[in-house]
Amino acid sequence: MKKILAIIRPDKLEDVKQALEEIGCHGLTIKEVRGRGIQLGITESYRGHDYKVDLLPKTEIEIVTNEVELDNIIDTIVKTAQTGDIGDGKIFISPVEEVIRIRTGERGEKAI
Amino acid sequence: MVILNSGDTAWMLISTALVILMTIPGVALFYGGLIRRENVLNTIFLSFVSFAIVSIIWFVYGYDLTFGADIWGFFGSVSNPLFGGVIESNSLSTYAPTIPTGLYAVFQMTFAAITVALISGAVVERMKFSAWLAFIPIWATLVYMPIAHWMWGGGWLQQMGALDFAGGTVVHVNCGMAALALVLLLGSRKNSRLLPHHLGYSIIGTGLLWFGWFGFNAGSALGATNLAVSAMIVTNISACVGMMTWILMDKLQTGKPTLLGSLSGAIAGLAAITPAAGYVNITAAIIIGFIAAICAYFAVSHLKPRFGYDDSLDVFGIHGICGIVGTIAVGFFATPLINSAIKGGLIAGNPAQIGIQLLAVLVIGAYAFVMTLIIGKVIDKTIGLRVEEKEEIQGLDINLHEESGYRLS
Repeated sequence: MKKILAIIRPDKLEDVKQALEEIGCHGLTIKEVRGRGIQLGITESYRGHDYKVDLLPKTEIEIVTNEVELDNIIDTIVKTAQTGDIGDGKIFISPVEEVIRIRTGERGEKAI
Repeated sequence: MVILNSGDTAWMLISTALVILMTIPGVALFYGGLIRRENVLNTIFLSFVSFAIVSIIWFVYGYDLTFGADIWGFFGSVSNPLFGGVIESNSLSTYAPTIPTGLYAVFQMTFAAITVALISGAVVERMKFSAWLAFIPIWATLVYMPIAHWMWGGGWLQQMGALDFAGGTVVHVNCGMAALALVLLLGSRKNSRLLPHHLGYSIIGTGLLWFGWFGFNAGSALGATNLAVSAMIVTNISACVGMMTWILMDKLQTGKPTLLGSLSGAIAGLAAITPAAGYVNITAAIIIGFIAAICAYFAVSHLKPRFGYDDSLDVFGIHGICGIVGTIAVGFFATPLINSAIKGGLIAGNPAQIGIQLLAVLVIGAYAFVMTLIIGKVIDKTIGLRVEEKEEIQGLDINLHEESGYRLS
């Protein structure tokens, strides 16, 4: 089992959600996060002062899946969240040791 | 015999309530939106306690000290502590002969309260709450009350013919210079960037200030009169011109019109028209709003970084500067055609008025600055003005009040 942690542009969330729905990936958790990468900051201006805001709003999508679905999900996210400009985000994959469904106590892949 | 005029009394009751709305929650929300989210409650709190403390001391001795029988031109005599017997006597005000003395007193109370609350914008995010609690009654007594007496309570500036219709010097120059003095004692914040955490609060706050300002300025006509109508119109025009001018400055200087800029410009226009509201016509109001917004813009965007003082929410830059602009403008634009009780300024053939207005700005500004420095220094030596560094970094709400403005559940 793997955990996919995708950090994307907030305005791409709807597209990504819909595309994942179409390939049958329903379960996901979303967080509003702030961070920075190569893109660095944007400028905001208040009362005649320009301020460099170095943490940008991003959306983080967390999905736990089995190995079979993994590549399909990654491809879907990359395809829909991509604009080609700096700031599109990143995807991190990590192994998941165990999954437990709280309602029934089931364990393993069937609990995903 | 003059008798109570119910029209005037009704208007002044409403005006009083309008000015209360300016402080709580107008100023409180305006400031509350502009700071870091970790300090939102403390910032709003500063305005609320200012209103409560000033309201109490105003009726214990403050009204008499300001508007009691004049002593050597400097302060009033406290002859009715706790307002004893004044309301019971059903007397009409000597300052506004068609409304009750008590109504004039409570109207004036709201001016004292907002002046103190305005200062808080300069010291937010780093001042001890206990130090602020001590500052309020001492400053109101030693700075606000004498100055208001000089200008409005029969004191020496009023005797000289200085004009301040609704508080350009008493409120705005006064709070601006006091703010500057306190900021110099307090020093800069660790993080002094102006990055509003919730502009929505500031939008509501500005709306309430603008709305309340009609009680402030048109109410200063002290009756439901033509003069009140005139004051209301010039107040609104100046605010609108101030807003549009700041938008223009934003466009020219940083490239994009900003909402906070437009709100700041409106307040600049409102502050500048305050001393002139009952003395000038619409043409003058347009000029005053225009000049005030440009001066305030350069004060906050150039003067402040140049000298490096951390006037956090630009109390000096906007209120102080615009109070000065408006008060001097009275010396040019005041006209007896609008207000028959005065001789007018330069355009009405009385250039001497400019000198008197300049003197009022200089004396009130200097007195407020020096006295606030002394009061602040004494509080710093006894209570301490500034919070611990780690409290400042973590935020004042959780450290000083054990509350937080926002929580997850």
